[in-house]
Amino acid sequence: MQVRNSPTRFGVISIALHWIIAIAVFGLFGLGYYMVDLTYYDQWYRSAPHIHKSVGLLLLGTVILRLIWRLANAPPAPLSNHQRWEVVAAQGVHGLLYLLLIVAMVSGYLISTLDGSSIDVFNWFSVPSVTGPMRFLEEIAGMVHYWATWALVVLAGLHGLAAVKHHVIDKDNTLRRMLGF
Amino acid sequence: MMKKQLLASAISVAMIAGVHASEHSGTYAFDKKDAHQFITFKISHLGYSWLYGRFNDFDGEFFYDAENPENSTVNVTIKTASVDSNHGERDKHLRSEDFLFVDDYPQATFKSTSVKLDDEDEAEITGDFTLRGVTKEITLDVEMLGHGDDPWGGYRMGFEAETELKLADFGIPTNLGKASETVEIIMSVEGIRQ
Repeated sequence: MQVRNSPTRFGVISIALHWIIAIAVFGLFGLGYYMVDLTYYDQWYRSAPHIHKSVGLLLLGTVILRLIWRLANAPPAPLSNHQRWEVVAAQGVHGLLYLLLIVAMVSGYLISTLDGSSIDVFNWFSVPSVTGPMRFLEEIAGMVHYWATWALVVLAGLHGLAAVKHHVIDKDNTLRRMLGF
Repeated sequence: MMKKQLLASAISVAMIAGVHASEHSGTYAFDKKDAHQFITFKISHLGYSWLYGRFNDFDGEFFYDAENPENSTVNVTIKTASVDSNHGERDKHLRSEDFLFVDDYPQATFKSTSVKLDDEDEAEITGDFTLRGVTKEITLDVEMLGHGDDPWGGYRMGFEAETELKLADFGIPTNLGKASETVEIIMSVEGIRQ
């Protein structure tokens, strides 16, 4: 499999980044959804948020890498059987997904760091607060995180369904291309 | 010239103060503006240590009857969203439905209903306390710390009040464990006579 994207095929780096991010997004959403209802004496009360924050910050780095890679290495052209409106819709969704990813991760980071605290990423390294203490904004960051992450998984779900539709109904290469075939 | 003016104003302040000192009944507003007022709470963490926090935004006033202190009254209104335990994520959690539910219950209030003097400087003040939409009668142990002229022409009086609340009594649904079912509240305020 080629490393870089070609005009007709995705390279292995683009494909790997796509699927790592997809798994992380749905994993983080599930973990986040689960952990907010944990009570004080649950075993996971402290470790679930620790994992959520650590993976979230690593994902932020991964998405930044992906955006750089995308700039350096344009994705292949849309398939020729795709309608103009399909191409526009798909590209619009891709842009929105990137935007929601960034908003979701930045707002999540802010929930934990608006009091000036840093975040320990798996006790491996520590990401400091960039705002310093700016108290009482945690609610706003929390609301943004809540809605951005919901919007992200709903839109990512639609994006996935669209790919399945292309595979099953249109029987074209859309999904297969992202699997490296 | 400067000296004379200073002396004159010092004398007039002393004179006004002299008049006031003889009669300290009156309505006093909490010194919110200059923050000579604190509501601190402490609750056990796991039974191993104390967690301290405060409410940064509250206001109130009291009426003090020097002739018969048992006629005195006090009102306090606390903005529950101002809870501050020096940890953003915890404060966010304290403001949520699990604890103070500040979106639905933005204020906690205390209105005194009776004052029982224990000795010259100490009293038990009973009143209605509303927190998270639940109103219950509570009693504050109150000590008058002092009163007198301030250096700027006003008259001030200070109190410290303590009480203990059960979280469950006010509908706070979160179980923090056996050692953490009650919270101690300490309110320290200075009033300026109006």
